[in-house]
Amino acid sequence: MSGKTLVPPEATSQAVTSGLASAKPTQWTALGQRLRRERARSGTLFLMALPGMLVLFTFSYLPLPDMILAFKDFKAAQGVWGSRWVGLTNFQFLFGTGTAWRIIRNTLFLNSLFIVATLVGSLVLATLLNEISDSFFARIYQSILFFPYFVSYVIVGYFVFIFLSSDNGVVNHVLQNVGRQPVNWFNQPAYWPFILTLVTLWHNLGYYTVIYLAGIIAINPEYYEAARIDGATKWQEIRYIMLPLIRPLIIINVLLAVGRIFFANFDMFINVTRQQGALLPTTDVIDTYVYRTLTAIGNFNMASAAGLFQAVAGFILVILANWIVRRVDADQALF
Amino acid sequence: MAMTRAQVRHKVQRRRAVALGLTHALMILVSIACAVPLLLIVSASLTDERALVENGFQLIPSKFSIYAYQFLLADSGRILGAYSISIFVTFVGASLSLLLMSLLGYALSRKDFPLRRLISFFVFFPLLFNAGLVPFYILMTRTLHLKDNLLALILPPLVQPFFTLLLRTYFSTLPRDLIEAAKLDGASEWRIFFQIVVPLSTPALATVGLFSLLFYWNDFYLSLLFINNPRYYNLQYLLYKIISNLQVLENSFMQSGSKPPLQSVRMAMAVLAMGPVLFAFLFVQKYFVRGITVGSLKGD
Repeated sequence: MSGKTLVPPEATSQAVTSGLASAKPTQWTALGQRLRRERARSGTLFLMALPGMLVLFTFSYLPLPDMILAFKDFKAAQGVWGSRWVGLTNFQFLFGTGTAWRIIRNTLFLNSLFIVATLVGSLVLATLLNEISDSFFARIYQSILFFPYFVSYVIVGYFVFIFLSSDNGVVNHVLQNVGRQPVNWFNQPAYWPFILTLVTLWHNLGYYTVIYLAGIIAINPEYYEAARIDGATKWQEIRYIMLPLIRPLIIINVLLAVGRIFFANFDMFINVTRQQGALLPTTDVIDTYVYRTLTAIGNFNMASAAGLFQAVAGFILVILANWIVRRVDADQALF
Repeated sequence: MAMTRAQVRHKVQRRRAVALGLTHALMILVSIACAVPLLLIVSASLTDERALVENGFQLIPSKFSIYAYQFLLADSGRILGAYSISIFVTFVGASLSLLLMSLLGYALSRKDFPLRRLISFFVFFPLLFNAGLVPFYILMTRTLHLKDNLLALILPPLVQPFFTLLLRTYFSTLPRDLIEAAKLDGASEWRIFFQIVVPLSTPALATVGLFSLLFYWNDFYLSLLFINNPRYYNLQYLLYKIISNLQVLENSFMQSGSKPPLQSVRMAMAVLAMGPVLFAFLFVQKYFVRGITVGSLKGD
């Protein structure tokens, strides 16, 4: 398939240049040769793209038609297409029991909490890191902050257990030392939005700090110098120069997060809450519900209905978010 | 009460020094908060089993012991098996993944590739709309029959739209003249890719490669869904299993006879699972900041 085998390139370029001066037929042959060579090159490029496209097709496109399962009563023996149509019955069940509202509310509430906390935290840390001119220390802080992003949530689950285990956990140890009653953490749903926010911050803060810091460092120092000459305070520099200049970066990141607000971080929820039934009121999210309903209960109908709702709601939201950004500032829209 | 210039300068300098000191203090606190949870795991793995049960988890081992590690090394059974599954899946998966994504990303970065827009959308669309767990589960178990098959851990994550588009963006920043010149010299597309484009793209390839390695190494989700046979447990999944159920850990050591130090052993396993990640992190961190800030997904 390589272009090399077709025509030696010097022959082509000669043909093209000489073709301009001499008779037309030569010119046409040269053009034909070039076209053929270009087509062979496109063929090679297509061949390069093909394996990746096949994988995407298999795992992202092939499952799409099976989403109709949300409107059927699935029987394994009859398969997806053989199962009976039931219209909106699955959705009526899902939304009728109140479960749907619980998992949607938890997903949206917790994700909003995570988005705001991560945004504020990483902007503060990036600003602080930017003030540290000693690059040795700055690098060390940055590395320590960034590393948690690479730790799997299974291991996060381990240290959350070390902290919160009711009999010999660190937190209860401390509580007892200061004369307070130990808390049975895995039995108390009220604390968990806060605990999960802390865990998310621990895991993701470094990543976003690095992203925002890169944006801050890229700002032309002349802006600050000009402001300083005008007597601007540090706070004014941050408020009127830094923040406006990294606004595109903030918008893109928040938009990406908001577009995924219907999708929970499954790994975290499973590993950190350890699927304790008592915690479900505040920690059951769409993803954990779908997983539990599908694998533990084997109820394909409810799981499909919740999954379809999530996919469609997520899709509408990401389109909407992008549309809003496009209205405000077309340059910052994702697509 | 006007201050002299020297006094003003002195005051400003002092305020600046205090502010810098506070900044450092805050960053040190944040760094400690980041490190302590992991240090607790390390400490627990190095604590004598009985001391651990009696005194609880502490930052400094109340009674130092490396017995948990000796125990793990002596036991050649399931832990070693889980380790090799993780290593195999990670290396095969990540290298294949990087190859497929960079080839695809490269084709899409070429302005003269006629299907560029259509295929870009084909890659982008799954980011917007995803079939979800149930159809995916049906595909894997009923259509492809990949239950208890290592391919179930390797194949699905091979092409990540986000990273493919990141690579595309990076490749399209390379000077076009280089590629045009190579074309005129008669180099084939494959040669242009492997001998010109790849060597010029280390930051992007290292970043995406590390993310791939990390994804496969840390993955427990696919095992959770598709692996039942304990022979195919990877390290993360084994860890997941033994924190929810110490019985699993005990069963893993059935053949070894003596009663295992369960608490410290599972912490030692967690440390062994983190080790390679820390190593990889230190190794490629410098590429990282450049890599993830390569640019947004924008292009067309």
